[in-house]
Formats: sequence, C-alpha cells, structure tokens
Amino acid sequence: MKLASHDKSSSLLPRRRFLMGTAGLIGATALPVPAWAKGVSMQHAAKGFGTMSGEDIRLDIQNSHYSTGGRSGHAQTVNGSVPGPLIRLKQGQNVRLHVTNHLEEDSSIHWHGLLLPFQFDGVPGVSFPGIKPHETFTYEFPIRQAGTYWWHSHSGLQEQAGLYGPLVIEASDGSDARFDRDYIVLLSEFTPVHPHEIMRKLKVGEHYFNRQMQSATDGNMSGDERRMWGAMRMNPRDVSDVTGSTYTFLMNGHGPADDLEYLFKPGERVRLRIINGSAMTFFNMRIPGVPMTVIQADGQDVLNHEVDELQIGVAETYDVVVTPPDGSHALVAEAMDRSGMAIASLTSHPGHKATAPALRETPTLTMADMGMGMEMGAMAGMSGMDGMDHGAMGHGQMGGGTMDHSKMSHSMRDTSILPEDVATGPGVDMVSPMPVDRMDYPGLGLENVGHRVLRYTDLRAKRANPVRAIEREIELHLTGNMERYMWSFDGRKYAAVKDDPIRFGFDERVRVTLVNDTMMAHPIHLHGHFFEIVNGAEQTRQPRKHTLVVQPGGKAAFDLTADEPGDWAFHCHLLYHMHAGMMQVVTVRPFPA
Amino acid sequence: MRRALSIAALASAGICLATPLKAQDHSGHAGHVMPKANEPEAAEAPEEPVDHSQMDHSQMDHAAMGHTTPPEAEPAAPVDHSQMDHSQMGHAAMGHDMPTAPSKDETPPARALEGPLHAADAIWGSEAMQPSRDNLVKDHGEMEVGTLMVERFEARIADGEEGYLWDAQAWYGGDIDKIWLKTEGEGEIGGSVEDFEVQALWSHAIAPFFDLQAGARLDIEPETRSHLVLGIQGLVPYMWHVDAALFLSDRGDLTARVEAEYDQKITQSLILQPRAEFELSASDIPERGIGAGLTKVEAGVRLRYEFTREFAPYLGAEYEAKLGDTADIARAAGDDPTGVKFLAGIRFWF
Ligand SMILES: [Cu+2]
Repeated sequence: MKLASHDKSSSLLPRRRFLMGTAGLIGATALPVPAWAKGVSMQHAAKGFGTMSGEDIRLDIQNSHYSTGGRSGHAQTVNGSVPGPLIRLKQGQNVRLHVTNHLEEDSSIHWHGLLLPFQFDGVPGVSFPGIKPHETFTYEFPIRQAGTYWWHSHSGLQEQAGLYGPLVIEASDGSDARFDRDYIVLLSEFTPVHPHEIMRKLKVGEHYFNRQMQSATDGNMSGDERRMWGAMRMNPRDVSDVTGSTYTFLMNGHGPADDLEYLFKPGERVRLRIINGSAMTFFNMRIPGVPMTVIQADGQDVLNHEVDELQIGVAETYDVVVTPPDGSHALVAEAMDRSGMAIASLTSHPGHKATAPALRETPTLTMADMGMGMEMGAMAGMSGMDGMDHGAMGHGQMGGGTMDHSKMSHSMRDTSILPEDVATGPGVDMVSPMPVDRMDYPGLGLENVGHRVLRYTDLRAKRANPVRAIEREIELHLTGNMERYMWSFDGRKYAAVKDDPIRFGFDERVRVTLVNDTMMAHPIHLHGHFFEIVNGAEQTRQPRKHTLVVQPGGKAAFDLTADEPGDWAFHCHLLYHMHAGMMQVVTVRPFPA
Repeated sequence: MRRALSIAALASAGICLATPLKAQDHSGHAGHVMPKANEPEAAEAPEEPVDHSQMDHSQMDHAAMGHTTPPEAEPAAPVDHSQMDHSQMGHAAMGHDMPTAPSKDETPPARALEGPLHAADAIWGSEAMQPSRDNLVKDHGEMEVGTLMVERFEARIADGEEGYLWDAQAWYGGDIDKIWLKTEGEGEIGGSVEDFEVQALWSHAIAPFFDLQAGARLDIEPETRSHLVLGIQGLVPYMWHVDAALFLSDRGDLTARVEAEYDQKITQSLILQPRAEFELSASDIPERGIGAGLTKVEAGVRLRYEFTREFAPYLGAEYEAKLGDTADIARAAGDDPTGVKFLAGIRFWF
C-alpha cells in the first residue's frame, strides 16, 4: 500500500518542516474543536499524527475505528489519529493543554517524563480526579526541560486502545538544530481484541497469547533441563505475555503492511526519536548496515555512544543519530519475543521499499533469569545449555555440592531470604536466590547477536549531575505469580498499599534498589522525577532516566533526589502488570509546599 | 490569515509565562531551602554555596537528613549549630558528601510524613478525589474475571457400548477468592443419564500454585444425594494439574477423588494430554456397588488440536478398572470390571 500523502507529511517530519512549519500549526491549534470531533459517528482513525504546538493545545479523546493489514477493530484516539498528535513544545514556554473527553467513560492524559506540578501529572486517583465523560480538563504548567517524551492515558487500559502520542521539547540552547532531519519513531501495538478481554485471558491462563512455547518439536533444551523447568513450574519461553498472535506492531501508527517511509538524502544526519509507546512489548531496534549513535536516553542527553542494535523497554525513549548511505534501509523494531516486528523504510529513494530481515529465533530464558546469579560472561553461548553440567555451574552455594533438581525447585522460592516487609503468599511464586546487578545485560535475546548492542552500562550523562551523598537506602522487590497473573511490589498489590505510599522527604537523596523476583523484565517508571541509574559510572555521570528496566532475576538501583513535592505514581509500565496491581504511590513531603 | 492567528497565539504565550505556578515555588519549606539539585540547569552550574546562617537549623531534623553520625556511635549530645560557622562550610562538606554510611534503616525522615494523607485532596478536595481513588484500586489489581471451561465433552466407544461424558468447570472471582461450579456426568447415547453431579465451591488461594476448595456436591443421578466437599486444586511440580477432593455424603459415606492431567505440547497447536483419575472410599457403599478402598482407576490419553486456544477437538483412549471389592461386586453382577474405551470429543472454553 502506498501512503496517503497526508500520512507522509504528518508523521514524517523533515527538519525544515519541523522547525519552520510550526508557526502555521500554532494557528491551527487555536481553532475551536474541529468538525470531526463534534460528530458522534465513529471515525476511522488516521495513521500517523499531526503536530500541535503553542501555548494552548486542544486534545479530543474519542472512540474510533482502526485497521492495518488484515486486522481492524475499535480504537480510542486523540484528535482522530493513532498515535495521537505530536505535541511539540519549547523549553521555557508555558503550556495549557485542554483535553476534552468524548468517551462514555472517565479518561485522562499523563505527560510521561515531564517535570511538572503533581496535580497536572494526569493520574486519576493520584494526581487529579480524572476527566469525566464530555468534560474538558485544562492542564497548565511551565516547560522546564527539553528532549523526547510521550503522553498517554492513565485510565483503565485506554493506552492499549490508542490513547498515546509523542511529545518533543525543543532545547532552549538551540542544540536540536544540529541535525538535518528530525523524525519520531513511535513504537506501539494494535489489537482487535478488547483490552479487558486480553486481561481476562491473561488471568484465565493457558499462556493464551504465547505461540512460541517450548514443545516436543521446538526448543533445544535437553530433557534434563526441561524437567528442571517443569519441576519449578516455570516456562522458559515466558518472554512476552501478549504477543504477535494478537498484536500488530506499529511504527508511528503504521503496521508492516502500510509501508511507512522515512526519507533522507545521502550524507544527512538523521535524528530518530525512538519512543516505546507500547503497552507490553520490548523492541529490538536496528537498521541493518547502519550504525546508530545514541545521544539521549529518556529525553536526557548522554555522551555519544555508537551501537548496531538496542533493546528499548516499554515507556523508554532513545534518541539516535544515523547517517545512512544512499539506498533503502530497513528500520526494524522486532518484538523481544520475535513474534513480529514494526518496520519502515529509511530510504533516499522515495517509494523504494527496504527488504525486511527475517524474524530471528525466539529467545529462551536461562538460569540467570531465575535469579541464579550467573555472570553474564558465563552466559555466552549458553542459550541452549545443551549438555550443561549443572553441578559444575557454581550453584554450589545454593544447595551444597552437587545440585539435584528437586533441591533447586525449593531454592527458587526460599521466602526466608526476603526482607521482612515483603509479603509472601499466593502472589509470589518465585524468590531470586542470588539476584545480581544486570545493568550490563543487553536484553533477552541480544546476548550473542555478534554486533554492538546498547547496555545501560554504556550510558553516561552528558551534563554532570550534582554530587550528593546517599542519605538512605531502600529496597523494593518486584514480585509476581505467572500462573495466576498476579504482579506486585513487595508482594502487595496496589490495594494493599493504597494508603501506605513510599515516602521521601523533600530533597532527600535515596538509593532505591529494585530486586526482581520474577522471570520477566519490568520497566519501572517513576512519575514527575528523573533518577540517576546506578550503572557503574561515577556518580556525576550516572544517566538520568524516568524508566528503569529491571532484568529477570536481577537487581537494579537508582539514586533519587526527591525534589518534586506531592504524590506520584510509581509502577511497572507493562500495562497489564500495572493493571494487575504492580503499582504504588510515591509521596514527597512536606506537601503542600 | 494564519500568520495573524499565530501571532495572536504567541502574544498570549507571553502573558502566560508571566504567571508563576504555585506548586513550583518551594520557598515555603522551613529549613528545606535547598538547591534543586536535579534540575538540568543546576547540573551545569557549580553548586551554589548555601548560606546556612539564614537557615533555622534548630528546626531541622539532621538525623533524618543524612547528616547523622555513623549509626554505631553513641547518641551524641545535641549539636548547637548556632555555634558553628556555617557560612564557612561548603554545603557539600556538611554531610551530603560525608563518608557516612547511608542509613540501613528504611524509615523515612519525619518530614516525609507531613501533610494530608493524599496530596491531591489539598488541591481538588477529597470529595472530588474519592471516587477516582476507589476506581484506582479497582483498576490496579482488584478486577474480577471468570471463565467456563468444558474440559471433556466426548463420545466413549467400547465394544457394544456407546456412551458420552461431560466434565466442565466455571469460575468467577479475584486473585484469591473465587466461586467455582463443576459438573460431571455420563450416560449412554440414546439412553438415560447414569451419573450426574454438580459442585458449588468457594475457592481460596492458599499457596502460589494451590487453591483450597470447599462447598457442596449434589448428585442428581444415579440418585439424589448431597455431599460436603473439601479439596485442593492446583499445579504440582512437573506441571501436572491436580484436583483432589474429599466428599462426605448425607449418609455419612466418605469418598475421595484425585484427578491429574498434563499438557505435552507436540507443536504449538497439537497437544497430548495424559490424564489419570483415582477414586477411593472409606467404607462399603452397597447401593452404589462400591467396596471400601481404592475403588476405581482411569488412565487415558487425549490428543487434541487447538484450532484456536478455545476450541480443540480430540481423539483418545482410556483404560478403566474397578479395583478390589468394587471389582468383585461388578463381576458378581456380570460386568467386566476393566475395559478400554475410545474417545472422540471437544475441549472448549470461553
Ligand atoms: Cu511488570
């Protein structure tokens, strides 16, 4: 399918249009509610997005219909498109975002990664009451930062249905002008299945969406290993809860069948603002043959670092710069479980489609993902683990001497090693026996790809952070039960801690260590702050992020200066994990300020 | 025209910028006037020296702020900060940079407990916030779901006999507590229903992989009889699904049933399911032809093809044997206590 011309001009923003076209768009945003928003009949959602900028921005949330490839179904849209509009702001400006909810249910928009007064953060029940049907809520705050961010609904499961979009803030120092082209690469999913039905199927179980389970004819584990996983009642292919069996992976709202194009001229420096706006999917991002220089993580400048591939967790953003040679290159965002990909052509020849690479083999979890504390070096070449001598693998510490598998299944849930404040019970099916820092892990399936892959340990803050000693350390366990599809922090779902937030004193400097007692990677997001991830860099160079992926069976720490008063959501950004209870409020006091 | 509009928009921008937002002004915190260390701007500038002479240190909880003496030290006499020349002291030197070990105590400082329970109440009012707060709980872990699964719905063919069987379960509830309904029965094709039971159970999660189930069972065939039920259902190591229950009938008979099944994927859609069922009785139940002990065993295998996850026809075979006294009773009645049946059925769920 050839793109309609409005798609090209709206979702792909060559720099000149980006920088010079905004004045006209400011005018457009000042117009009253557009005609399509007034009608009650269901609109067909446009793919890609327009741009909204200026001081007053109007956003209309409504029901819609979306289709791509062979899939179509209900969608919820902002201003009639999936994703919703690019909100393009300037550092130092003030903005009023007037959001009208045309749905028959409450809605909201959260500004992901923005520093703002907490009452405008957009989380119903935490920061404000939400937006009732047919009401308009005005968010108003000054823009204190620059970089690549995004926005999404924080009500129910609306984010899955289409309520998300990119948000870019131009730096006041003019540094954004260094590039010849400036593009958004917003990754997401479309499913024709109602999000509540997805949630129900996850709860009912049966690994409903997983079509890559280990079977008698698939997977190269030895019988011994298969029995070991079976003994632990765990599944080594629990990579993604929801997969390409129901998802079509989108890039700027376009499925693979839509032949999205990003144009460039040879020699140009092209900035790609990669945003993972999906509900549940980690993506492996690469452009075969074209190296990418990472310049920003979560909107914050980092020292240039060149890679060939990077895994982006849900809710993270990475800005990369590429200088592709003449030709058509595949811009590939492969789902971590390899059940599908979002793809576009990065091409210097309009209309010329790049060849899509084949999906690679589904990765299989290893003992490190069970929190067996293995060195990553020892992991190399072990993905199959055939013929592995378990006794010789250094699990000696765990059960003494040679290890038999029945002992191992025990040690996978030794709740006595948990801190006292972690609740155990049906909601906790695993305790990592030896969680280690996995900041140098490139992400599941990227251990042995034979080219340079981004690791958190590669990131260095471009501007030095102030030196502050840690005043307090806290530890939080990421807990869950895969079979029951229960997810929590410290063994407690949100309901159990609704009046017991994680408390920080204003300006307190705290190191927060997250221990992952599950076999899934969780992208943990703190609203309204940036923390510095503890990645081995000296403290002043620890990169600032708003979302931290905690690898399976591992641990990860961040240093936080809690300097934004109020109540903030803190949660796993896998939508159905959050919906299952993996969320808590963080409060910074005193408040009111 | 457009140009004019945008100029108007830009002009209004200037006006908004002049209005400082309330929540950005932190100057109201007594004793907490610190540079906003995490602002990007602050990062570039050398940290501003803080004039401590302007700060009311007596109001400040130093212990809570990490300026504390090392934990193992005796509680020191209160330091009189008014005697210290804070103006000469770099802020960093004052403890933010001191090599004190961070508190291992996770207890937050006293100021972290100040203010209303929910900050948003101070802005929007608790009346406006409460419904959304209730909803937040519901939307983050308290949803209830349900399903109906017909595990076996099959024709059973042995020489000379053509029977049918159903085995279905439905549940509804949250993560921990659920209501379960189970029904099982069999009969002869074209004939009457021979066995028909219904169970209504309350189910409570007692361990990561197990639910405790308690409730009532009503037999409609071969004759009306009610039972109390106490059972356990869940997943044992090596991924066998197990359902084990004790039944106490209204006549005082105690029986038990254990079912176990395992799904072996051949491919993603072709699944081989071995299944075993054992029945036991604590006493003789003559009217049902049951003798005390292990009364019956069934061992079968079903090969199903999942056209969708929810819909899977299958073929299979099952060996059935009455045991012990129960077998004797069957023989005495002229029945063969053992037999092999061929099965064809569907497994489906919603
Ligand atoms: Cu999660």
